[in-house]
Amino acid sequence: MEWTRKDLIGIEPLSREEIEAIFTVASGFKRILGRSVKKVPALRGKTIVNLFLEPSTRTKLAFEMAASRLSADVITVNADASSFVKGETLKDTARNICALNADMIVLRHSAPGSAKYLSEIVDVPVINAGDGSHEHPTQALLDNFTMLEHFDSLEGKKVTILGDILFSRVARSNIFSLTKLGAEVTVAGPATLVPKTFESMGVKVVHDLKTALADADVVMLLRIQHERQSSTHFPSLGEYTSMFGINKARAKWLKPEALIMHPGPINRGVEIDSELADSDRSVILEQVTNGIATRMAVLYLCTGGSMSALENSAE
Amino acid sequence: MSSLRIITNGRIIDPKNDRDEVADLYIKDGKIAESLSDEEIQNAETTNAKGLVVCPGLVDVHVHLREPGQTHKETIQTGSWAAAAGGFTTIVCMPNTNPAADTAGTIQYINDAAQRDAVVHVYPTGCITQGRLGEKLAPIGSLKKAGVVAITDDGDCVQNNEIMRRALEYCKMFDLPIMDHCQDMSLTENAVINEGEWSIRLGLKGWPAAAEDIIVARNALLSELTGAHVHMQHISSAGAVEVMRRAKLRNVNVTAEATPHHLALTDACIKDYDTNCKMNPPLRTEADRQALIEGLRDGTLDILATDHAPHTNYEKDKEFDYAPFGILGSETCFAVSQQILCGEAGIPLNDVIAWLTYKPAELVKLPAGTLTPGAPADVAILDPEGTWTVNEETIFSKSQNSPWWGDELTGKTVATIVAGKTVFENGQIVG
Repeated sequence: MEWTRKDLIGIEPLSREEIEAIFTVASGFKRILGRSVKKVPALRGKTIVNLFLEPSTRTKLAFEMAASRLSADVITVNADASSFVKGETLKDTARNICALNADMIVLRHSAPGSAKYLSEIVDVPVINAGDGSHEHPTQALLDNFTMLEHFDSLEGKKVTILGDILFSRVARSNIFSLTKLGAEVTVAGPATLVPKTFESMGVKVVHDLKTALADADVVMLLRIQHERQSSTHFPSLGEYTSMFGINKARAKWLKPEALIMHPGPINRGVEIDSELADSDRSVILEQVTNGIATRMAVLYLCTGGSMSALENSAE
Repeated sequence: MSSLRIITNGRIIDPKNDRDEVADLYIKDGKIAESLSDEEIQNAETTNAKGLVVCPGLVDVHVHLREPGQTHKETIQTGSWAAAAGGFTTIVCMPNTNPAADTAGTIQYINDAAQRDAVVHVYPTGCITQGRLGEKLAPIGSLKKAGVVAITDDGDCVQNNEIMRRALEYCKMFDLPIMDHCQDMSLTENAVINEGEWSIRLGLKGWPAAAEDIIVARNALLSELTGAHVHMQHISSAGAVEVMRRAKLRNVNVTAEATPHHLALTDACIKDYDTNCKMNPPLRTEADRQALIEGLRDGTLDILATDHAPHTNYEKDKEFDYAPFGILGSETCFAVSQQILCGEAGIPLNDVIAWLTYKPAELVKLPAGTLTPGAPADVAILDPEGTWTVNEETIFSKSQNSPWWGDELTGKTVATIVAGKTVFENGQIVG
């Protein structure tokens, strides 16, 4: 299929074919990343601005890395160093960035809908690197890409997303992508962070850890996000761990071949036992590595790169 | 302008007097007249209203005129133009100005500005508490003397039940209604959208209907305790309608309003983060919308009011979280109300006009809302089938924040007459 989108605002608007097209391109880039010369000239001469108005380590680095592997020039703007603190609006900041002839904006922002809003203001491609609690599409892409390296297909696979679902953009994007790819999704955790209303998104809601883990092929743990919750959502981190934390004993509830995933950053000893995070059931670092190839694919496709051209350069 | 006028051949709808007939309406010296002498008829200015509705000028007990302090959004003058364009001849403005209208001096300022600048009757409200902070009672007696018609901390619901109780007791002494924006703040911290499927899907912080219902119940109980009249502003949830229904069964002294936007729209309108669908209380679900229509139909809800809340484009053109709450309401009220209530719900036009005329006027005891001979000649000439488009030409507010911007609506103001003088006609302010 031909990729026609200029922006990647979320997974929700994408078709299954579009998601699979990104994976095909990402696989090509992953092969390139295995070579001794890891760079392709696809975006040479293009300037990508990473506008990160909310803290990030992994996503920011992965986008920077992806852009430089594609030979683009990358400039990262952080909230604390931007005119945001002087009260400049997103609209004005973005128009100034465009006036400086940027070719693409990667936006991380605390306000849901901000990436869509930005895409309506500027003509250049906008990639959503996380908009509040709404979507984090490239995270879902890399998560699902990683799953597909372990399973031939996600059709009928059972994926449990465990933890702070309410405030999680990772959960929302994964719910959209996994259901489009045919997986059965269960969201689990305390009722305050996993309201029943999530059923309207086509997933199961479970508040019992054992049930949530029992027949899962993948369990995706989410960080408890201190910065988004008010203090009323659960009694304490200790109680959270005692009710929903995964440790070696509880990991036995999982099927032996089940994968443990986490988008990072990990709160060791809170949602996951430290040892387990480092065990061979965990694919957490594979996720990080795949974050580069999938983001390269997104940057490449949204700047108009064609799939056939890529296949030629990859061979 | 002649002081004698005849509006001929219109369908006169005057719900207060149970009048609905095609007839001529007479105006003499700024008042509705029973009849005119033959000589007076010869000299009178005649307006042909054939095929149109002639009704009392509409009354809106909930508008934000933004003056003093936020005149970049609206002024008493432009807000009165918007009202006139919507067929309103009497509006009641909220005290969330800057400074808040919590002193007799500020009320005097508003009255002076209204006298000087407004083309319709403007009545101010005063604050319940000083600075609308919910902590200490405002000088309600002085506010009453300065001319307020109700007391409200609109937008900042008094959270402390003891203060609300005392405010009610105190206001009762002056026979002043308390209008309350019903919102439990502890349940709605940072909330921007109804809590439900759409808040979950969009990742926006949800405002549960229970936060409204709790305060409606609280107010009903405190009204029962004190006997004071509490008017619940912009009821938006099915739960609140039910609480009102039960309170009215016990004859508690409570009233409530519904807005056209809560009757017409739901939270699904926010699917693309349209900040012109961001208001407080938020748009709710289809079930809530239906409950509001039923609440009006069975008398649980008493009146319509707009919550006309102007904000500039640059304030609304932001990330959804950062945009202010509120939309325009004056110009679009009649059209949207008649489209939904008459067109969709099959409610007689006379009822809709009652909810927009004598009922709100009686609620705050204003000399408005009827065509009784001797009453002020405040008249709206409306074309329920007339279509128009919401745009720069038809919106007289200083702001443009309407969810219907660019849309064609059915239900048009043909002319607005205040005290016998035309202030709006042929799409223009003529006051």
